[in-house]
Amino acid sequence: MRDVYNALVEIVGEEYVSFRKEELYFYARDPGLMPAHEPDYVVAPETTEEVQKIVKLANREKIPIVPMGAGMALTGLIIPLKGGIVIDMKRMRRILEVNEKARYAIVEGGTSQGALKSYLDRNYPNLRHSIPDAPPTVTIAANVVIHGQGRLTQQYGFNSDMVSGLEVVLPTGEICKIGSCSMSPSWFSKGPTLPDLSGLFLGWLGTTGIMTKVGLKLYPKKKMRDVELFVTDREDLIPEILFRLTHTEMVEDITAWFQPKPIIFQGNHHVTLYITGDTDEELEFKRKMVWDSVKEFRDNKDGGFMWILPAMKPTFLDMPQRSVTTFADVKKGGGFEYSGPIALIEKYPVLARKLVELGTKFKVAYSGMARVIGRSHAMMFGIAFTFNRADPDMMERVRKALHEGITFAFDQGGIPWKPTAEEQKMAMERMDPNTLKLMKMIKENLDPNGIMNPGNWEVN
Amino acid sequence: MEFEEIVHRCFRCGYCKFTEDYHDFNCPPYLKFGLDTYAAGGRMWLINAWLNHGIETSKHYAEILYLCNTCGNCKEHCVFTFKEDLLNIFEAAKAELVEKGLVPPAVKDYLQGILVNGNPYKEPQHKRGRWAEGTDIQPFSGQEFLFYVGDVGSYDEPGKKMAGSVGTILPKAGLSIGILGSKEKCDGNDVKALGETGLFAKLAEENIRLFKEIGVKKIITLDPHAYNAFTKEYPKLGGKFKVWHYTQVLAMLIKGKKIPLPGYKVKVTYHDPCYLGRHNAIYNDPREVLRSIPGLILVEMNRNRKNSLCCGGGGGNFMTDVSGLGKDSSSRIRAREASETGAEFLAVACPICYKMLDEAVKEEGLEEKIKVKDIAEIVNQAILR
Ligand SMILES: Cc1cc2nc3c(=O)[nH]c(=O)nc-3n(C[C@H](O)[C@H](O)[C@H](O)COP(=O)(O)OP(=O)(O)OC[C@H]3O[C@@H](n4cnc5c(N)ncnc54)[C@H](O)[C@@H]3O)c2cc1C
Repeated sequence: MRDVYNALVEIVGEEYVSFRKEELYFYARDPGLMPAHEPDYVVAPETTEEVQKIVKLANREKIPIVPMGAGMALTGLIIPLKGGIVIDMKRMRRILEVNEKARYAIVEGGTSQGALKSYLDRNYPNLRHSIPDAPPTVTIAANVVIHGQGRLTQQYGFNSDMVSGLEVVLPTGEICKIGSCSMSPSWFSKGPTLPDLSGLFLGWLGTTGIMTKVGLKLYPKKKMRDVELFVTDREDLIPEILFRLTHTEMVEDITAWFQPKPIIFQGNHHVTLYITGDTDEELEFKRKMVWDSVKEFRDNKDGGFMWILPAMKPTFLDMPQRSVTTFADVKKGGGFEYSGPIALIEKYPVLARKLVELGTKFKVAYSGMARVIGRSHAMMFGIAFTFNRADPDMMERVRKALHEGITFAFDQGGIPWKPTAEEQKMAMERMDPNTLKLMKMIKENLDPNGIMNPGNWEVN
Repeated sequence: MEFEEIVHRCFRCGYCKFTEDYHDFNCPPYLKFGLDTYAAGGRMWLINAWLNHGIETSKHYAEILYLCNTCGNCKEHCVFTFKEDLLNIFEAAKAELVEKGLVPPAVKDYLQGILVNGNPYKEPQHKRGRWAEGTDIQPFSGQEFLFYVGDVGSYDEPGKKMAGSVGTILPKAGLSIGILGSKEKCDGNDVKALGETGLFAKLAEENIRLFKEIGVKKIITLDPHAYNAFTKEYPKLGGKFKVWHYTQVLAMLIKGKKIPLPGYKVKVTYHDPCYLGRHNAIYNDPREVLRSIPGLILVEMNRNRKNSLCCGGGGGNFMTDVSGLGKDSSSRIRAREASETGAEFLAVACPICYKMLDEAVKEEGLEEKIKVKDIAEIVNQAILR
């Protein structure tokens, strides 16, 4: 025990290692609902070399390691299910390069979404990245590791599709470059036209390596940005509305959402859509295209655009949207967890009805939100519940509601996003056996000692 | 514990760690130690764990609580409705440790110094007014204003220099003003922040009694911490006085043309003290004073006003030094930031900031590039040119 501690101190310095009760308590849990499990050590490295040394030490001692960003996936993915070392990556937060003309950035493995946004706003006001609505502390690396989605996902796909290169410390300690950066100083492609090895790390929940650098594509940032809110009381129309809106190719982010409170939102489904432009003309042209695309629904009185009070606009235009986070305290209890199955948009009506049913059945407060991925290629359907952390009974009801929700989503052909360990098992039970076999081969080859975030994507 | 019904509501989302635009983390102990337990969310979760017997009181738990600089960045940027109570919660948790006698030794020493000697420096009371030697300032005897200097201004070298600058300008500008000298007592602001609410109440009551006895109605403070105690806490205990920070008074005097200001060509950046800025929203007066000096160029650091980075001295840390210096200490980060602006002077308006940043500039080896100066000192220098 003491030897490992001393070795870690040797690597990162005394201040950044702990096996004191306070750190073990904190790093044993995330703000979601998964049961806590204490690590043996917590360590906060500052360089790739330090990460490498920690990984080598963990291999030598056969101790699990769990890379952690902000711990905000909420589904227990950073809870050290088998103990070991939690590696808090947030001291590695430098923004290393922005290539303005090729529109990409290279950041360290613990850089937060907020810091990149701020850096671009200050230094490259015509560039942006696909920021998620998670709190700004969440890290870019973790977000692509879990295939997150952000404000540009409707236009450019999952945030992991926007990766333009990686530096990874492999489970056996080698530092490996992935994509164009493996043979060039430039980080413009994560794979093509080489064999695309990024798939060995993206989506693997930290079980195949630790990302120490991420190349991320940036996109044009227009001077103006506005929001429209289309409202209908018919959930069955949402898929067609989204199909028509995406057909315009004029919209940035599109989300469809519903919630029982406050009363002005009750009973309706809202489609929030953002339009951007460099000039008033561009903005108005896009707005007209958007309005025209759903004219039929307006003419039939099935829905219409809601006037957004000027006082409400900043809430909608906020990036990340702070109001998403405050959902956690609706019950004055600081708790919030969501399952986010990825499903076909045509499943929106059944999933929405199911969520309302779960809210009633388990007497829990819910919020439903679907973010369009690509041109209506799929959606992330957020089955979200808030809970009071001081009310174990409510927490148990939310757990059950989430379980029933994700099972239903799987039955509807959905696949899990940032799944809990239990949801991973459920998904693997449904997977093609040869796919599972391939996953097992990859994991066993990359991580012969089984030290990387064990308990996750564990194929038996 | 007071406020215990709120503690579990923290989502540990981390908005509180940042500046408003997410430029960088802005919580001093978190910047220095890099583990989430040291940030406001960490403290909230640990206090909740302690309340629910998930952890016991320990040396490290106390250290984490006492490393908080009470800078108020968390309160400023938290997105939840209970944000106003964040610092109250930390104070209440510290009060529990005080109650049990489990505070870190340096904190105990600090509090005992105040209890026994009336100041944390353990200096005799008669030395309190020494900084005033050589100025025109007189002992208080019914003048319109009391100039309250506080512990740091009375005993610490940078603080004394600062008190001297203010004590030189104000009488010269014709203000009827006096000091308490050896009768002055600690204002108690940081004693309260350290959770010693009993000692704070005693100090406040004694001060209020004295102020009333000698007819004090208007107070000018050197120290933003005292300003905070006098404006926010003393009224609750029956001490209602009109209170100004000296930079507010300087701004008024300059506006009223009571202080002649010749030109002074110098580039200055200003560091907002937490207890003047975030805690009391006084951002403009110090800047107005600087801007009114002809030829002075005021440049801002990246973090300013409500996003200012604390000097690291708040919450008693300037004395208790639980965190120590080190390259990631907020005072050294701040010194680097100030130097990056190209300013020749780093202007301060708080004796604690003066002490912390002066030391940090030296630690960083930046003395040739930038000098820490109090606003009154800069005004004095301008006058003397
Ligand atoms: C209010 C709220 C709103 C949200 N909105 C969105 C949203 O709009 N879009 C979205 O995509 N998500 C959203 N999320 C979910 C989640 O917070 C984000 O996806 C976030 O990016 C996760 O980052 P993190 O740093 O917190 O990850 P963590 O929880 O710390 O880690 C997630 C996974 O990544 C692994 N990991 C972490 N760092 C590394 C690394 N360097 N190398 C390898 N593996 C690593 C971990 O082991 C873990 O398996 C939201 C969450 C909340 C609470």
